[in-house]
Amino acid sequence: MAELLAVRGLRVDFATDRGPAQVLDGINLDIATGEVVGLVGESGCGKTTLARAILGILPEGAARIRAGEVRFAGTDLLREHPATVNDRIRGRAITFIPQDPFTSFSPLFPVGAQIMDLMKWKSPRARDGDRPSSLFARYPRGRYRADREAVLEILRAVQMPEPARALRRLPHEFSGGQRQRLMIAMALLPQPDLIIADEPTTALDVTIQAQILRLLRALVKERGVSVLFTTHDLGTAHEICDRVVVMYAGQEMEAAPTDTFFGRPAHPYTRRLLASVLGPDGEIRDIPGEVPSLVTPPSGCRFHPRCDYATAECRVERPALRALASGHGVRCHHPVDAPAGADA
Amino acid sequence: MSVPAPPLLEVVDLARHFPLRNAFGRRVGWLRAVDGVSLEVRPGETLGLVGESGCGKSTLGKTVMGIHTPTAGDIRFAGREIGRLSRRERRAVAKDLQYVYQDPGASLDPRWKIGPSLHEPLRIHTTLSRAERDREVRAILAAVGLPDAHLDLYPHELSGGQQRRVGLARILTLRPRLVILDEPTSGLDVSVQASVLKLFRSLQEAFALTYVFISHDLSVVRAMCAGIAVMYLGKIVELGPTTRVFETPRHPYTQSLLAAVPRIGGRRVTQDFALEGEPPNPGDVPSGCRFRTRCPLAQARCAAEEPPLRPLDGRTVACHFA
Amino acid sequence: MIQNVNAAWFAVTRLARDRSALIGLVLIALLVLSAVLAPVLATHPDDVFELHPSERLKEPSGAHWLGTDRMGADVYSRLLFGARITILIGIIAVGASLAIGVPIGLVAGYYHGWVSDLLMRVSDIFLAVPQVVLAIAIAQTLGPSLPNVILALSVTYWPWFARVVYAETRALQKEVFVESTAALGASPWRLTVLHVLPNIASPIIVRASIGMGFTILTAAALGFLGLGPPPPTPEWGRTIAESREFLPDAWWYAAAPGLAIFLTVMGFNLLGDGLRDVLDPRLRRSGPARDG
Repeated sequence: MAELLAVRGLRVDFATDRGPAQVLDGINLDIATGEVVGLVGESGCGKTTLARAILGILPEGAARIRAGEVRFAGTDLLREHPATVNDRIRGRAITFIPQDPFTSFSPLFPVGAQIMDLMKWKSPRARDGDRPSSLFARYPRGRYRADREAVLEILRAVQMPEPARALRRLPHEFSGGQRQRLMIAMALLPQPDLIIADEPTTALDVTIQAQILRLLRALVKERGVSVLFTTHDLGTAHEICDRVVVMYAGQEMEAAPTDTFFGRPAHPYTRRLLASVLGPDGEIRDIPGEVPSLVTPPSGCRFHPRCDYATAECRVERPALRALASGHGVRCHHPVDAPAGADA
Repeated sequence: MSVPAPPLLEVVDLARHFPLRNAFGRRVGWLRAVDGVSLEVRPGETLGLVGESGCGKSTLGKTVMGIHTPTAGDIRFAGREIGRLSRRERRAVAKDLQYVYQDPGASLDPRWKIGPSLHEPLRIHTTLSRAERDREVRAILAAVGLPDAHLDLYPHELSGGQQRRVGLARILTLRPRLVILDEPTSGLDVSVQASVLKLFRSLQEAFALTYVFISHDLSVVRAMCAGIAVMYLGKIVELGPTTRVFETPRHPYTQSLLAAVPRIGGRRVTQDFALEGEPPNPGDVPSGCRFRTRCPLAQARCAAEEPPLRPLDGRTVACHFA
Repeated sequence: MIQNVNAAWFAVTRLARDRSALIGLVLIALLVLSAVLAPVLATHPDDVFELHPSERLKEPSGAHWLGTDRMGADVYSRLLFGARITILIGIIAVGASLAIGVPIGLVAGYYHGWVSDLLMRVSDIFLAVPQVVLAIAIAQTLGPSLPNVILALSVTYWPWFARVVYAETRALQKEVFVESTAALGASPWRLTVLHVLPNIASPIIVRASIGMGFTILTAAALGFLGLGPPPPTPEWGRTIAESREFLPDAWWYAAAPGLAIFLTVMGFNLLGDGLRDVLDPRLRRSGPARDG
């Protein structure tokens, strides 16, 4: 599969009361075309920051990109002119599904108006010349009907009952699950190459989540769209992702195809994380220690203070990427070679 | 042969309805959040209440606690009816029956230091001297794994996890007999969740507590609770020992619920998952069996007649065709 | 105790960073200093009572920094003593309004139902009557004097506190810590006095500061209308009234007290705004960058 997105050495700092927090510490990430990549990790690991950095929507005053590049289809998004990125990439080639379905729409306008507003600027039928120049501009000639038909079609694809009537309704008339279907629709309308989904099912009930996950995977596979799916729930990652990348305290630790990731994880953190997922045996296993401060993070490999296998080397030098097998990479000086659950 | 202990908590046909009002303040219907729930909890047990949003589990917890007044039905605690007590009498029950919010840290007054916050329950309910209270507070603080130094700090000076422990400590100073835990691990990372659950377990042993554990997370309930009640739209649809319900769920909703939980490893759950549609509006529940609008086994009888909870295979189920 | 001193100092230093709040603080400090040190700062301290008809309506000069009034008294000195009256009126009137309004607001906020409705309707009624008009009515009935001015102001200003406290109490009731402390068995008394009140202190303080400005302005208006303390009390509003017939020639006679009132009221308003900014964000702590 061809490479679509390549992040290299991305370093991002956030300004805090206590000094700069090193939220991302030289992240490398690859996404191929048509691939669903899961980005997992616990709170504070940096997965949302990474997702936003790719999209270019980090909070301006607080966040500083210190180094690195984000190569999307050949261009470095960090060095490209912001206006071009805003116009051609964001909302077109790369779209976004947010976590909270309840605040993603403006409560004042019918859903249809908001979607058609999106299409004004980001319809795949829009050509450079006919993009509106102001908020109050009319809908560009000639493509209103085609665009509206495309909207109805995608609403059918996300299994929205009575699409035409739905467009006239206000956001609060939809349930959380339905609103996520709408967000998925809006993410697919511009015919993107990559969708960044930031914990899109975390706020949903489990039976609705199952429906949404199934739907999302089917749609993106059908259209050959890549997805970067962040989540803190490992089960969800298993459901929908082809490959999983795990992050800890701003460093990526391991990346592997889903079955390998869950079946034969190599990184000690991954193994501990998987072990702490509650299984049917009723045993509760946690990870000793606490998540480190990002203002004064541990040196070298940031997991070393809590790692059973840590040595002096781990304190000094951040491990380089080691390729274990096809598609399975780990950043660890002492990767484990055993099936999941083999150690306590 | 010993006689089993009488139930510590008994809920009989409990209902809690909220009026639905239109824009003019006129009542246009009822939200039947809890609509005829009966259950029992014996001393030392842990009962799990599971269900998705709108099922009424949180409302049930709050009604038992007295935060809401019951619309109908009885609540008996240690043999005594508590659903219809006056406010003052109800406050006295707080000594034995307590409630832990989803974020126990938020239950601390941000302007009070930890020390006074921990003394407060004892000041309200006991006549212990200052020195005696101090001793109690330090003991509880040690039980939740926090140092004495924290007594002089403000909540915002502690981490989230520490705040959580203080919130728990505050409740434990009263040495309650039964504690209702409302979504205690919602939104927590897996490893943090594991630490919190370990803490709950150790506290249960140390203080001989009985738990009612409300959660939407089935794996948590399986790890913590010996008994489980599955709720849907205000009613219990299946009730019984956790292992039995998980191994062989009988109610179609329970089956769907268990089938929907993503697993790590093995076949993808969503490949086989079949439950369609959304839960109906809780303000407008379907006639008869409430699950019939989404149930694969639904027939005419389900619309006409509401199924009662009846024993089946070592647990009770509310379904005509289970 | 030490904690409170530290907290106060912290608030003052934060306040100092906000330019307009700093100006407000300086103006108020000036006012307080003038009032407290009036006997020391005044060039002609006896002019509050003594008359020097030969010196009347003299322009500002080296001897009389702000000129003299129609009795020949030094305007500057009388101004300083007038500051005492001003502060006295402000503090007592606002203090009384607090004492009436805060408990009413707490009770109305805590209880739902007819008690709360009744109390809020009563305060709405008081709010509907223009403060000056009601103050005039009271002063007319009881006679012009300092205590009556204070009475009139207290009676009309308390609803503002009641409203703020009511709204904040209602909002706070939804906070988890209030609900959970109630679940622990705390009585309404304990909840209201020990938990709600400390947490709504900030909006009350802000309202008190702004209230001082408002009250002082109204007191000056009453003084101007002749309803305040009688002469020779050097009340600012009355001084302006006295000066009317001599305008525009003896401009200093009106300008001095007028400017004093203006600066005082503005000072309290700026301070109030600054306090609002300082006290609120301090409660809303910004943690380290939260990340999904």
